[in-house]
Formats: sequence, structure tokens, C-alpha cells
Amino acid sequence: MTTTAVEVRDLTVAYKDKPVLWSVDMQAPSGALMAIVGPNGAGKTTLIKAILGLVRPLAGQALIYGKPYLKQRHLVAYVPQRSSVDWDFPTSVLDVVMMGRYGALGWLKRPGAAERRAALEALDKVGMVDFAERQIGQLSGGQQQRVFLARALVQNAEVYLMDEPFQGVDATTERAIVRLLQELRSQGKTVLVVHHDLQTVPEYFDWVMMLNVRRIACGPVREVFTEPNLRATYGGKIAFLNGNGVGEIQDGYRTALSQPVL
Amino acid sequence: MDIGQLFHNLFFDYTLRTVALGAAILGVVSGALGAFAVLRRQSLLGDAISHAALPGIVIAFLLTRSREPVVFLLGALAAGWAATLSIAAITRTTRIKDDSALGLVLSVFFGFGLMLLTFAQKLSDARQAGLDKFLFGQAATLLQSDVIAMATVGALALGTTLLFWKEFKLLTFDADYAASLGYPVRTLDILLTTLLVVAIVIGLQTVGVVLMSAMLVAPAAAARQWTNRLETMVGLSGLFGALAGVSGALISSAMEKTPTGPVIVLCISALVLVSLLFAPARGVVWRRLRDLRNQRRVRTAHLQP
Repeated sequence: MTTTAVEVRDLTVAYKDKPVLWSVDMQAPSGALMAIVGPNGAGKTTLIKAILGLVRPLAGQALIYGKPYLKQRHLVAYVPQRSSVDWDFPTSVLDVVMMGRYGALGWLKRPGAAERRAALEALDKVGMVDFAERQIGQLSGGQQQRVFLARALVQNAEVYLMDEPFQGVDATTERAIVRLLQELRSQGKTVLVVHHDLQTVPEYFDWVMMLNVRRIACGPVREVFTEPNLRATYGGKIAFLNGNGVGEIQDGYRTALSQPVL
Repeated sequence: MDIGQLFHNLFFDYTLRTVALGAAILGVVSGALGAFAVLRRQSLLGDAISHAALPGIVIAFLLTRSREPVVFLLGALAAGWAATLSIAAITRTTRIKDDSALGLVLSVFFGFGLMLLTFAQKLSDARQAGLDKFLFGQAATLLQSDVIAMATVGALALGTTLLFWKEFKLLTFDADYAASLGYPVRTLDILLTTLLVVAIVIGLQTVGVVLMSAMLVAPAAAARQWTNRLETMVGLSGLFGALAGVSGALISSAMEKTPTGPVIVLCISALVLVSLLFAPARGVVWRRLRDLRNQRRVRTAHLQP
């Protein structure tokens, strides 16, 4: 039996009086590449932040390899939403990636040659090594996302938590990111990804967590990524085509975006 | 007065030397720490803190009846801190957004300070204490001992900033990520904000509560135009602050009846204007010229098939 990398038990989070997560359970086995899906406001980002201890839950807990996050944070790397930072910040690509080593460096120590080497290596993996000295504001959305991924890679973690890494990236970057995620999985790492595009779930991921404030389903994609579960997750706001393709309805309009029609 | 005489006085005239040194110190410290405030989008926080210092200064006087600048500055420090905590408490516990919370705290504290000031001015010994000089600053009242105190506190603030450079950089760029790495973000935030309060308090006697926020925001805004590195930006910002401080002191000493604080602020504003217009990559003038050149190129390309 495989070990559980990330376990969430009975997690409840509320902002003011509005519950965002309600008694959520989740288990991600070691080596899983898991998508976290759900409609807007379903609590996907909050779930990630609660696992990282960035938001305080009202009840419940999150465990990384059986222990609280505080004790295991050296095992975890976080990729926040790209829009969460100011990209006009005066710093270079290399500098941002080196921030991934700050946790291991500890207080007061400055990053040096070893950190530089690790950062360049990570940048090479995401195909951004030529941009190392570039100011981060001069990057495209896809390039910014790759920089964030490189920053997580230098953490050399066991568990990766990524908040919408595919948001606003071009097709080339999306393919590059997917390859990277699958490479991480093949090294036995566990990767949790907040994801929006339902059609690519079966193609990119092997596990899925379906969330809408409450947990709807969590398990292997083949078993739980089913029409009834999708209906339960997205309410009536979903259109099905050919039984397997799925599209979200936006603003009440049916959008048949299951398969690209040429 | 000719320029040579002015520079001679800068080194040998007690008053001018003291004022110029004080202005330089205030410029370096507020410039460097202001850079962090601007990058953290806390420019208005500086304004609120400096206005909020006024009641602290008056209360410190009313309690101790002392005319020692150190007493005033401690009062300012306490009030600045109280203002910061009030803003944080308001945004955390109510539905009021932080910009409104800033506005509220600024006006309530400043209004209260003005009221206390009017009351205190009626006391016989208050008039000589010169409390009203903290409104717009009065650099001429600086003594050598004040400058030494400013230098000591300023060096401590800058030293702390250098010591926690990596942590402050991470906090400023991506606080959530810093927290995920295990850094105590709340503590770092309080530390950096405290340094900001210290930078403000250092400048109050020279520039005054009303204009002090310009000394935080303007050098940083100018410095950002010239560089894409945090290290250079903070250094340049401090340099610009000091430059404005010394120039302001010189100009106001050369012209009769010109207040030093406002002149310093005008000097830094001129630096901002030049930087916004002419800085190499980000300057408005060069950007406009580049646009025009590109337009012309596109147009000629269309004309010649």
C-alpha cells in the first residue's frame, strides 16, 4: 500500500460568517498528480492555503506525510497564483528563483554561489535560462509562470502545491508545464494542482479532487471523474457532450467547448 | 551670497552645517525605508503615521513639560505605532477597506493633535517649547545633539534593514510565499513598519508632520525610474533623499525667510520630475520618442510595398 502524502481531515474554513470549506476530507497518495477542480468560489485556493497554514481553519487539520505542516514545510513547495505578486517589482528572474532557497538558508544568511547554481539549473528545466538576468516585468504571462515553477523546483520538495499554474499561459507553456509535472510524478513527488480546464483533467492528471465548499469526490480520475460527480460539483451549470467531454456554462450560456470543432 | 561663500558656510557655519547634516540623515533614512513602503504599496501608511505623530508629540509635552526633542520623538514614535495598530485593527475586524481605514486614522489622529496643540499653546510654557514647529518643521532649531541622536537612530534603522535584507525583500515581493517557507510574516511586517515609523520620526523636526510623507514616497518614486534592482533602488532612494536634504538646506540658507522643510520637499519633487521624464528606460520622454519612431517606421513600411 502506498503512503499518504497529503491528508486533509474534516477541514472547515470560514471568512467572516461565510463558510468557504465545510468539513472537507482529502487524501493524496504519495506520487499522485492530482487536479483540484470546482466552480469559482468552491474553495480551491483556500484548500491549498489551509494546507500551507496560510489561513487558519475553524476546525480540522492538514497533514503532510502524517505530520502537521509546521514540522514538514521543508518537504513542501508552493506555487502561488501568478496574479498574487507585483511583477513590476525591481528584481531579476534569477533573484526570484533563488528565493526558493531562502527557506533552507534560514535567517540572515545570504544566497551565494550554490543557490545561484541551483536557480540556474531550475531555470534550465523550465526553458528560461536565457532570461536569468531579465527584469521580471519584461516577461510574458507564460514566462512568469515558468519562473514561479522554477522557484518551487529549487526547493527540492516532495510535495508541490500549485495554484492555477495554467492560468493565462500559451499552449507551448502549458505543454512544457505538463511535461514538468509528469516528470515530477515519475520521480515519486506528489503534485496538487488547482485546475480550471475540465477537458484536460483525464489527459494531464491521474487523481482528482472535486470540490464545492464540501468535498464531492476524491480519487483516481478514472473512477471518480464521472458525470454524476461533475453535476454534483458544478450544479446544473455544466454541459455534456458525447458523454465524456465537458464544458462549463458561462453566464448561463451553454458553451460547447468539449472537443475543438474544426 | 555667492556659491563659494555658501559652500564655505556648509562646513564652517554651525547652523548651516547642523541643518544640512540633519537633512542629509533624514533624507537617507526616509529614502531607503520609503523604498520598501512604496514597493509594499504603503505610501499612504507613511502619511497616516506622520500626521498621527502630532498628538503624540503634544501629549508627550503635556505629560512631561520637557522641551527635550527626545521626549517629543518618543511621543511621536508611540503615536505612530498606535496609528499603525489602529489601521490594522480596523481592517481586520470591520468591513472597512484599508484605504478608508488609513484616511480615518489620519484625520482622527491629526484632528485630535491640532485640538491638543491649540489647548497646549494656551499654557504659558508651551509657547517657548515650539510645539507648532512640528507642523511644517523648523530645521533651524536643530542642535548638534539632535543631529547626533538622528544619526544614531538612523544608523540603527538602516543596519537592521541590511541585516534582514533577504527577509524584507521576500516579504515585500511575496508575503504568502515567505509564510509558506516558514518565515514569521506578521513579525517581519511589524518590524519593517516599525522601521518606517522610526524613519518618519527622525524627519519630523526638520520637515514636519504634514510634508514628511513626501520624503518617503518621492525619493523611492524617483529611484525606481533608474533601476530594476532592489539593491540599487534602495541605495539611490537614500542618495536622492540626502541630495534633496542638503540642497534644500543650502537653498533656504541662501534665500532669506524660506522654510527649510518645504524647500527640501520641492527639491525632491524636482528630482522626481526629472526622473519621470528623462530616466533612460522608463522615462516618459524617451518612451514617447520611441513610440513616434515606431509609428513612423510602420507608416513608411506601408507606403513602400
